[in-house]
Amino acid sequence: MQLQARMQVRPAGPRRAGPAPVRAMAGSRFADVAQAPPDPILGVSEAFKACTDPNKLNLGVGAYRDEQLKPVVLSVVKKAESKIFARNENKEYLTIEGLDGFRKATVDLLLGGDHPAIKEGRVAVVQSLSGTGSLRVGAAFIARFMKGSTVYLSNPTWGNHRNIFGDEGVEWKYYRYFDADTVGLDFKGMVEDLKAAPPGSVVVLHGCAHNPTGIDPTKEQWASIADLCKERDLMPFFDVAYQGFATGDLDKDAFAPRLFVEKGLEIMVSQSYSKNLGLYGERVGALVMVLNDKEAATRCLSQLKRLARALYSNPPTHGARIAAEVVNDKELFEEWKGEMRGMAGRIERVRGELQRALEKKYPSKDWSFITKQIGMFSFTGLTPVQVDNMTNKHAIFMTRDGRISLAGLNSAKVEYLADAIVDSVRNH
Amino acid sequence: MLPECDSPNARLAVLARQLCAGGTDGSTWEHVQQAPPDPIIGVNDSYRADTDPRKLNLGVGAYRTEEGKPYVLRAVREAEAALAADPAANKEYLPIAGLPEFNRLSRELALGPGHAAIRDGRVATVQALSGTGALRVGAEFLAQHLPPGQPRVVYVPNPTWGNHKTIFGKAGMQVREYRYFDAKTRGLDFAGMCADIGAAPPGAVLLLHACAHNPTGVDPSPDQWRQLLALTQEKRLLPFFDSAYQGFASGDLDADAASVRLFASAPGPQEMVLAQSFAKNMGLYGERAGALSVVCRSKDVAGRVESQLKLVIRPMYSNPPMHGAAIAARVMADPRLNALWKEELAGMANRIKAMRQALYGQLVARQLPGDWSFVLKQIGMFSYTGLSKAQCEALTRKWHIHLTMDGRISMAGLSAASCPYLAEAIADVVATGGSA
Repeated sequence: MQLQARMQVRPAGPRRAGPAPVRAMAGSRFADVAQAPPDPILGVSEAFKACTDPNKLNLGVGAYRDEQLKPVVLSVVKKAESKIFARNENKEYLTIEGLDGFRKATVDLLLGGDHPAIKEGRVAVVQSLSGTGSLRVGAAFIARFMKGSTVYLSNPTWGNHRNIFGDEGVEWKYYRYFDADTVGLDFKGMVEDLKAAPPGSVVVLHGCAHNPTGIDPTKEQWASIADLCKERDLMPFFDVAYQGFATGDLDKDAFAPRLFVEKGLEIMVSQSYSKNLGLYGERVGALVMVLNDKEAATRCLSQLKRLARALYSNPPTHGARIAAEVVNDKELFEEWKGEMRGMAGRIERVRGELQRALEKKYPSKDWSFITKQIGMFSFTGLTPVQVDNMTNKHAIFMTRDGRISLAGLNSAKVEYLADAIVDSVRNH
Repeated sequence: MLPECDSPNARLAVLARQLCAGGTDGSTWEHVQQAPPDPIIGVNDSYRADTDPRKLNLGVGAYRTEEGKPYVLRAVREAEAALAADPAANKEYLPIAGLPEFNRLSRELALGPGHAAIRDGRVATVQALSGTGALRVGAEFLAQHLPPGQPRVVYVPNPTWGNHKTIFGKAGMQVREYRYFDAKTRGLDFAGMCADIGAAPPGAVLLLHACAHNPTGVDPSPDQWRQLLALTQEKRLLPFFDSAYQGFASGDLDADAASVRLFASAPGPQEMVLAQSFAKNMGLYGERAGALSVVCRSKDVAGRVESQLKLVIRPMYSNPPMHGAAIAARVMADPRLNALWKEELAGMANRIKAMRQALYGQLVARQLPGDWSFVLKQIGMFSYTGLSKAQCEALTRKWHIHLTMDGRISMAGLSAASCPYLAEAIADVVATGGSA
């Protein structure tokens, strides 16, 4: 029965379990509900907030901070909001598939405005709740229309990927990705694992700025992966959360999904505007399917809508209006590109400073991975024990997989961070 | 040749794909069928496509002014302006459970600020994507966390909002119906309702519309609510309230919360689940402002329940959208905006009541056979006309009146000017049975 199958696939491990609860007041039907552990990523910010150490540093969640370590609302977002507000628009329900102006803009950004797939009506797109919501709609689609398919996730990957597919009852497995020895991509392992995947499997690929490692395939490697997907009939599902944020260039950062489409592959893509437009809490994103058949695309859209209707009915208006305004306005669009270059540039700069500081303090170790990795995150290779030292001794908050968010670092804190890393690596 | 597959299912899936994917131009998704249009939202689409100047949209439940225009509340506009001017505002992620201030105010709105359950800290509340999102998170939570021995079954009224069945079904719960609408009286089949609820297994979930039942507009009386509470407790059912019209039904926020408060105040203390939407009563439709509350027997249980609700939310959308909740929180918290809101809410409810009066008057003036007083007795945005599918189709085809085929009309889509036209159309399809 459907419910039984879902419950079997649901992971029984640490995510759900907790310490045995004290018997609650007699008769609560929820008496046996266990305390869930805090979210491994979002829980870090909560712990940071609670910490009273004046030296504390939050390198946990991937939200951009300026040089003063303050959150940033992009100038183009403020301008767009003023325009929208002045127009006195209503608050009516969007259609299930979302704001048309946004849907068009997001596909244009992903593929390039005059792409044949768009002209030929072969693209299905639904606005959704940022990256997570888009992935969830995609996972629900896979659960329904690719029954029995396994989803392959990079090892490591963003933790929530596992839960998103798991909650839809979709089985997932890892493909090798991070090579701890080279602190780079285990391309050989990746290819081997994908070759061994049954045809019809789904492969989740990070479009750029891999989370958590910051390690992306080269252009040549992307081409090989695309060919492999074609050959082995694997369905690529791109998670595009950093377009424009990785290199500062929207087109460069879209290289991988565009290449796959060029090679004739059908792809699914989840897009997020949390980071590149700084719209985090507005939850702006899209689930895109690029197919090679127009009628199939139409039918898929109808099914995506059905799945969205049962999750949230229709997506939130405000963030999508902002995004559409920025992308569709020539001046705002140019200004936006400048702001993205600024954010990417600041991250690149602090990466360099951190690397140089570490090289000074601990010259026998190779720290070059810090500037080789791209995007918001660096996979430091720190072990959980070392991470605990970072937090407990130095009040530096990061996720236990060793990931740090460079977006949360500024020049003033580079020395402090470098000292803490060296201490943790040397002494633990 | 079939590649290695783990299981017969996987093998079948591969075979299906190979059979369907015709050659290099075949789509992986060839086998995906066109989904039927959503019955409610599909009405909007057909209305938009209709070019007749007399057309009326009596489909989806969004409030319209007398001029047929959408209405953004002044209280909402002012709250938005205040947010835009706030130098401390940013776009950072909300916590998984949403805006804490919004959650606190939402449960206080539903239960009353001094309610014992709130004082005791026994209510776990999470911000949700309006009513739909609250229902889905609640359904998923229950499917996973009801005691293992208890059935994953939810009882919903017949009829109910179509999406209820879909949502609970997606969460893996079995959906059963209890009798509700009496077609003969166009009122409540209370005996049937109690009989069916009485036959539910212990621990089953009981979905109740807090007020202004959708689609019928038929609500139990206060005395009937008391009887339903007694039955719920006797059968040890878990009440799950869908509250989408608080303040919108009678015009009075407290009056419309009577059923919810009755149950929440019952001895036990009574546990229950509550899905709240601010789509209609604050006109926040597209901003998706809502909340899910679980009233628990103890504070300790509520804490653990909240932690598990977060585990449901994180893989669904990580954290909720900020804008609508920030507006709603400000409107509820600011005394002046709160008062303005209540005024506008009463205004909307009164206009709908006026439309009911007007339509009833027009139907009576045309001396339509039958008792049309249900138009006055039914509550809230919707009226269940009892018209057949054929009659509804005729209303659309011949009169360009767009409605759902179950005979539900949205009173909010009417005006003093259009009531006579609607009455004329109803008279026609009643006379012809929809065959003309």
